[in-house]
Amino acid sequence: MLYREAGQFRTSYADDARIFPLALDKYFFVAMLAFAFIVIPNVASQYWLTALLIPWLIFSLVALGQNILTGYAGQLSLGSAGFMAVGAFACYNFMLRIEGMPFLVAIVLSGLSAAGVGILFGLPSLRIRGLYLAVATLASQFFIVWTLDKFGWFKNYDPSGVITAQPIVILGYTFNTAAEKYVVVLGVVSVLALAAKNMVRSNVGRSWMAVRDMDVAAEVIGFRLMYTKLLAFAISSFYCGIAGALFAFAYLGTVEPSAFSIDMSFRILFMIIIGGVASILGSFLGAGFILLLPIFLSLLFHLVFGTSVDQSVLSALELIVFGVLIIVFLIVEPHGLARLWQITKERLRLWPFPH
Amino acid sequence: MASVQVFLEVLIVGLLSGVMYSLVALGFVLIYKASSVFNFAQGAMVFFAALTFVGFIELGAPFWLSLALTVGTMILLGMATEKFVLRPLVNQHEITLLMATIGLTFVIEGLAQLVWGVDVRRIDLGIKDVPIDWVADNTGMLISQLDLFAALIAGTLVAVLAVLFSRTKVGRALRAVADDHAAALSVGIPLQRIWGIVWAVAGVVALVAGMLWGARSGVQFALVFVALKALPVLIIGGFTSIPGVIVAGLIVGAAEKLAEFYVGPMVGGGTETWFPYVLAILFLLVRPEGLFGEKIIRRV
Repeated sequence: MLYREAGQFRTSYADDARIFPLALDKYFFVAMLAFAFIVIPNVASQYWLTALLIPWLIFSLVALGQNILTGYAGQLSLGSAGFMAVGAFACYNFMLRIEGMPFLVAIVLSGLSAAGVGILFGLPSLRIRGLYLAVATLASQFFIVWTLDKFGWFKNYDPSGVITAQPIVILGYTFNTAAEKYVVVLGVVSVLALAAKNMVRSNVGRSWMAVRDMDVAAEVIGFRLMYTKLLAFAISSFYCGIAGALFAFAYLGTVEPSAFSIDMSFRILFMIIIGGVASILGSFLGAGFILLLPIFLSLLFHLVFGTSVDQSVLSALELIVFGVLIIVFLIVEPHGLARLWQITKERLRLWPFPH
Repeated sequence: MASVQVFLEVLIVGLLSGVMYSLVALGFVLIYKASSVFNFAQGAMVFFAALTFVGFIELGAPFWLSLALTVGTMILLGMATEKFVLRPLVNQHEITLLMATIGLTFVIEGLAQLVWGVDVRRIDLGIKDVPIDWVADNTGMLISQLDLFAALIAGTLVAVLAVLFSRTKVGRALRAVADDHAAALSVGIPLQRIWGIVWAVAGVVALVAGMLWGARSGVQFALVFVALKALPVLIIGGFTSIPGVIVAGLIVGAAEKLAEFYVGPMVGGGTETWFPYVLAILFLLVRPEGLFGEKIIRRV
């Protein structure tokens, strides 16, 4: 590291409980955030914003939701994309049916709707665990997408099945360009990521981890299982729902059930495996990795094989590399990229000295 | 009278399609019993096996040679999976193992498409997917020959597996491993070879399922998603019970067809995509361990 922690002592419990115990870490983070809010929207190109940064932030948010449920509370879920769909359609309908609905309120309401659905589909978790639960959450995925597809009311009886999302208007200002949408997404994600970080550091997070590590034992020492598990489902779905609304409004520009397929649920799961299970930073790293991997691979393949390669061959190769990477990560580093970052930091802390 | 006849017809069609689910679920159970791995890649294996078989046929190999080659391929695939994916992950949490098999799913799907292309293929088993005349004439019900054939094959397969499990040395070893890994290891059963065998057998079961399914709807990527329907079958039947998945497969098949026929028109159809899962959830609330599963007792 460029700096050391020498001389910075934690002399009180408050000091010990800080997010950034080191002053330089804090300054660095604030500077990074300022850079993301002020510099990037002004300098980043259209492609960078629409194809990389906005989806990255949105998927980081979903990965946070998935990580809260799977990483911290230990409830394996394969239905995140379904909850995203709930959020997207809830947001569309709130905007459509309530005159003058502010966008930010609609976003929060769509998160709450997703949370409600999440609690409903989280109910089986009270009786089953592990693999059985994973299959049960698949039900939510299929059922939600089917419901949104079949009942015309959700789509406002639009025959095409692809609905154009309403414009994002906050306090009378319309966020049209990619840079403006980016700022909205970044704002929402920053607030929710901070909230998530604080949740997992506090008693809520500790109760989740207790349930994850051994639910019977957690119950014995006084955690209410039902409350804890359903809270994890609700908050996770809340994050997924908001991410779904942002995905439809700030990224796709359309609202359609088919965007939220089972495939997406798997990708979200992989984000947290590769990024790091039970890690806030890992959610961001994993989302970036999974998003960048296909882009990087197609660049690489074009470089190696030239441009003449069949697209289907490329996508097959991509699948293989993707699968192999997941297996390799599980074998070599089950704690993911976040752990690798931590190890690197530890090494750099001592560098260039051996001990 | 007509409504009873229609009910029976839907029921029988459902039961027969349930046989297909049972076949896929059978592969899951074999692996789960022996190694506590929930093999999510079973669906991909079904797809891969069917595609490989068609691929060999298209290369001009005769039916039996293709079959033999595909069986060989599936055995190799199973052994390789055991060696390169599961052995390094021994003693990991079962959810980690599940995620590894999801990764494996991607590898197998990619491999299948890379080697054999993405076109929809047809499998010709010499059995036509047409109603049996005799049944149609006498009762007025349309029952496909292919479905009946599939049911017969499935029955034979289960019988063969039952004999394999109960009468052979390998079968005894398999049951010992399923019962208690550590104890089996300590009496000298080669654990890793047994796991390899189980994966190979699951591969062969996948081939049978893939051929029958391919004959019905063509060999295509969608097989992977149809195979996901084996999951609710597993839940209802219990993860460790072979008779369980057979019965559960029939229940799921019949229930989803009946639901689609009677409830479907009221809600716009397409209930088949989610009905089995909801059925499984309802089932879980009543009997979390499945029809024939072992009662789970948890201690602190």
